[in-house]
Parts: sequence; structure tokens; C-alpha cells
Amino acid sequence: MIELVNIRKIYRMGSVEITVLTDIDLTVQPGEFMAVMGPSGSGKSTLMNILGCLDRPTSGDYCLESRNISTLSDDELAAVRNAKIGFVFQTFNLLPRFSALKNVEVPLIYGGVPARKRRERAVPLLERVGLGARLEHKPTELSGGQQQRVAIARALVNNPPLLLADEPTGNLDSRSGEEILNILTELNRQGVTIIIVTHDPNVAAQCKRVIQLKDGRILNDQVIT
Amino acid sequence: MNFLETFRVAFEAILSNKVRSGLTMLGVIIGVMAVILLVSIGEGARTYITKELTGLGTNLLIITPGKTSTSGGFHPPSAGTVRKLTYDDSLALRRRAWLLTDAVPIVFGTGKIKYKNRGRDTSIIGATAEFSRVRNLFVDIGAFMSQGDVDAKAKVVVLGRRVKDELFGEESALGKVVRLADARYRVVGVMRKKGTSLGWDIDDVVFIPVTSGQELFDTDGLFEILASTPRAEDVDRAILQIKNILIRRHAHKEDFTIQTQGAILETMTTILGVLTAVLGGIAGISLLVGGIGIMNIMLVSVRERTREIGIRKALGARNRDIMAQFIVEAITLSGAGGVIGIFTGVGLALAIPLFVTVLPTRVSAWSIIMAFTFSVAVGVFFGVYPARKAALQDPIQALRYE
Repeated sequence: MIELVNIRKIYRMGSVEITVLTDIDLTVQPGEFMAVMGPSGSGKSTLMNILGCLDRPTSGDYCLESRNISTLSDDELAAVRNAKIGFVFQTFNLLPRFSALKNVEVPLIYGGVPARKRRERAVPLLERVGLGARLEHKPTELSGGQQQRVAIARALVNNPPLLLADEPTGNLDSRSGEEILNILTELNRQGVTIIIVTHDPNVAAQCKRVIQLKDGRILNDQVIT
Repeated sequence: MNFLETFRVAFEAILSNKVRSGLTMLGVIIGVMAVILLVSIGEGARTYITKELTGLGTNLLIITPGKTSTSGGFHPPSAGTVRKLTYDDSLALRRRAWLLTDAVPIVFGTGKIKYKNRGRDTSIIGATAEFSRVRNLFVDIGAFMSQGDVDAKAKVVVLGRRVKDELFGEESALGKVVRLADARYRVVGVMRKKGTSLGWDIDDVVFIPVTSGQELFDTDGLFEILASTPRAEDVDRAILQIKNILIRRHAHKEDFTIQTQGAILETMTTILGVLTAVLGGIAGISLLVGGIGIMNIMLVSVRERTREIGIRKALGARNRDIMAQFIVEAITLSGAGGVIGIFTGVGLALAIPLFVTVLPTRVSAWSIIMAFTFSVAVGVFFGVYPARKAALQDPIQALRYE
């Protein structure tokens, strides 16, 4: 489903070139549950941005569902993000002015789904993450765990085949983090491909595959059985 | 993202910060209001002048002694004597200029009119019977002077309404004898109340036969000759005819000037049109300033919502979706400001004449349409830069923005 071939990412800061990723070759099969680990500055976030179609590699090819992403325009990338990828962020990144329901509807708006249908799809998802009673609550009226569950509902609303989670439990207490991980595990069981970036070995322990990054290279690729 | 959705998002953003949105709109409101108000005042003045001038009689030709040119430029004083316009000139015109319905000789001066122990300094106009018709000024009580009065140099006077009221009060003036510069005149009529026109009180005047007037002011010349044509199309030909007749009588010299009411009207409306445009333009500048206010606030808003932009982009918003969102927000601000500005502007324009009676206003549709279009255009123009800035944000940077 995901195929990274010889991915390299170089940032230019003035005359200095910083190589963030080199020689990344990675294949992810549909239905995988993978953790990306590594110390700060190892290139985790950059890899995540490239996988999430927020950034383009300097060289190399990225194929998502047999489509080469590296050559797409900004608008085409936006469409891919909208339809194929769900994001879960460490800081939740909900729109503060909107209710939980409206937040979940945002990807549908950009997907061109009419208003009535949006509600039909957003409400069951919020119920599924246990927030059926808090549809009209603003993010500030929700706990961290609840906010992250809204974010997961939002990530799933367009039925994307791939879910990217960047430290999804990093800002949560251990109990909420546990709940979030349970939701993700359950989703994976239902067939969603999930990639989690994390520092936390406990989180990685729940995954079926763990990749270790260091200095922009894949140090270790390990399948947990 | 469809338009309705974009509009809703913009509206919610505006409502989420009411005070700031209100203050931003205020700039546009004041601008639009100023445009409509000032243009209404300008238009009102123009309508007023046009009405007053046509009220004085249409198709009017005014012949004055001496040659002046309306085409501008410097003219050296002509050699030779300037012949006065005479009563005989007016008679000649009346006899031979068949395109004219009337040719009224006029003398003009000021003097003291006295009745018993009451006196008043007033304007004295010497004219003929046709004056009443040519200038649309009519007698209320009694009669205007007759041709017989003119021929006989009769000492008769027709009083303007104000003069009558000042000298006689409630008392009837008809048949009474008044003193006009030490000569005794019999009152034969009182004019209908007309009011002030272009700063001249038409009621504060008395009329006497032109011949008596010449005697009173000790002159054999005329102040002017008023002529009129039955139709506006005849004016140009009538001018030629007058010139022909008078030049022959004046030793083949054109030592007089013919002005037409139409030309005067045209000059006035042109001047007032320019004035209106200038006023509108000045008001337009305030609208422009309002637009800069919008741009300023939009830039702040884009910065504040950097993270929101990042989130929206991550969730699939294209650059043009973001751009549309911010432009629509700017247009909504300026458009709403425009609508409110129109209502306050029109309201004030309609209210002003109620309090300041000398300031007529006229709300014209074009000023409303122009002000609104301009305010929306201001929104587009000053919204584009902030919106572009928003749209071109790098989603990764934007998501990291604190």
C-alpha cells in the first residue's frame, strides 16, 4: 500500500544543507499497525510529513496505493490528504471555535459532501468513540482524552485507508492514553492501516511492527508477533 | 468547498470577534455614508439650482450692454465708445425679431420707498407689462403695469409681497400713494409671494414702468433686455436675429452680450457636477482608508489563525479554499459595512433638510450603487493580499505555529 523508494529529504538553510532523511526504503502492507520510533532529530516528523503528503521528498519515490505522490501538485496532494489519510496529532489540533460535530465534518466539507450527509456520517463516528452525548461541545469544554477522540473521529470520517498518528498519547494522562490506544487497536482490527510516531515504548509495544530511525536512516525494522 | 459553506465559515469567523469586526466595519460604514451623504448634498444643490433657474422662465435670453466673452481668455478693451442699450432697441427687437415672443427692457436700481412714516430700502425694477410673463412672476392683487403705463411714463408701482407687508402690514395697499425717491407713485398691484431664489429675495422688490425708471435713475440706457422664445430650439436662431437687428442699430458694432438661460444653467450644473464628483472623491478616500483597516485586520486574523489554516490544509483544504475563505470574510466585512453605511447615509441625507433647510439633498440611486460596489471592491482588493498570504502558508509550519 505504501512504497518508499530511496527517499531523501534535504533542508536548505541559507548555504547550509541539512540532510534529514537518507536512503529510506520502506514498504507498508494494508492493515499493518506500525510504530516509528527514534530520538529527537532522527527524522520521524519529516518522515511522517512525507507519508502524510504534507511535504514532498527531495528525491526518491513515494507510492500510495500504487499512485506516485512525489510528482503531484499542491491541490492534488490536498485531495489525497482529504480522501486517503487521516491525521491524529499530539496536540489534537481541533478548530477551537467549532463544536465536536463541526470539527468532524470539516474533512467532508473539503470532500464536497452536502451538509445533510455530513451529519449522517459524523454522528455515528462520534458515537463510536464514545462522544455521542457531546456533539455540540466545543474543544475547550472537553477533556484531553475526549478531544483526541474527536480528532480520531475526524480522521476517520472520510474512510481513509491510512491513519497517521503523531504522538497521539503524548499529551494525555496514562488512562486516557490507554483508551486512545484501545480505539486505534480496534480500528486496526477492522482493517485500517495505522502508523504511529512515538517515543513511548509502551505504545510501540502494542504495534505489530516497529521501525527505529536514527540520523535520518532506518536503523531497525522489526516485526512483533 | 461550495460558496455557501465558505460564506458560513466566514460569517462565523466574523461573529467570533464581534468588537473587532464591528470596528473594522465602522471604517467602511463611515466611508460609504460619507460618499452617499456628500453626493446627495451635491446632487441636491444641482437639482435646486436647476429648478430655480427654470422657475425664472425658460428659453430666456438676456441681452446686456458691453461685449464680454463667455469663452474666456483676455480681451483688450475695445477702442471706441460702447453704445448703451436703449428703450428704442427693445422696441426694435419687439417689432422686427419675429422669433421672440417678448423683448422686455429693464432698468435696475435701489432706492427708498416710503409710505406715511414707514420706509424701506428696496430694489427697483423698471420693466414693461410682459415682464410678468417672461420671468414667471405674477400679480396677486390688482394688476401689473400696462403698456399704457409704460407709454405714458405713469407713476405707478407694483409692490413685492415683502415690501407691501413692511409698509402696509394688514392694510390694503391698492390705490395708495407711496414715495419713491421723492416722486409720488400710486400702487396698482401686489405681487404673489415667491420667496428667495438663489439668494435673492424676489419679494423684496418693486416694479415700475421702464420709462419711469429711466427718469427715476436719470439714464437713457437700459440695464438689460430680457427676451424669450416660444421654443428652446429657436434660441440659436433668435440670437442671430437679435444680433442682426442690434448690430445694425449700433453702428455695425457688436457692443452687447447675449446670454441664454440654458447656457447659464449648463455652466451651473457643470460646476456643481464637478463639485459633487470632488466631494464624492474625498469621501471615497475615507472608504479607501476603511479598506486599509480591513486589510490590517485580515492580516492579524490570518496570523492568529495560522494553526487553523494548517489544520484545514492537513484535512484536505486546497489553497484556493483557504483563499476563498479569507476573501469572502473580507468581502462580508466590507459588504456588511457598505449596507449599514448606505442605510445611515441615506437616513442622514433624508434627515438633513429637516434640520438645515437651506441644504437640500437628493439621494440618487447611482450614488448608492456606486458606494456599495466600491465598498465590495475595497473588500476584494484589500482582502486578496491577506488571503493569498493565508493560502500560501506551508501546512507543516502552520501546524507547528503556536
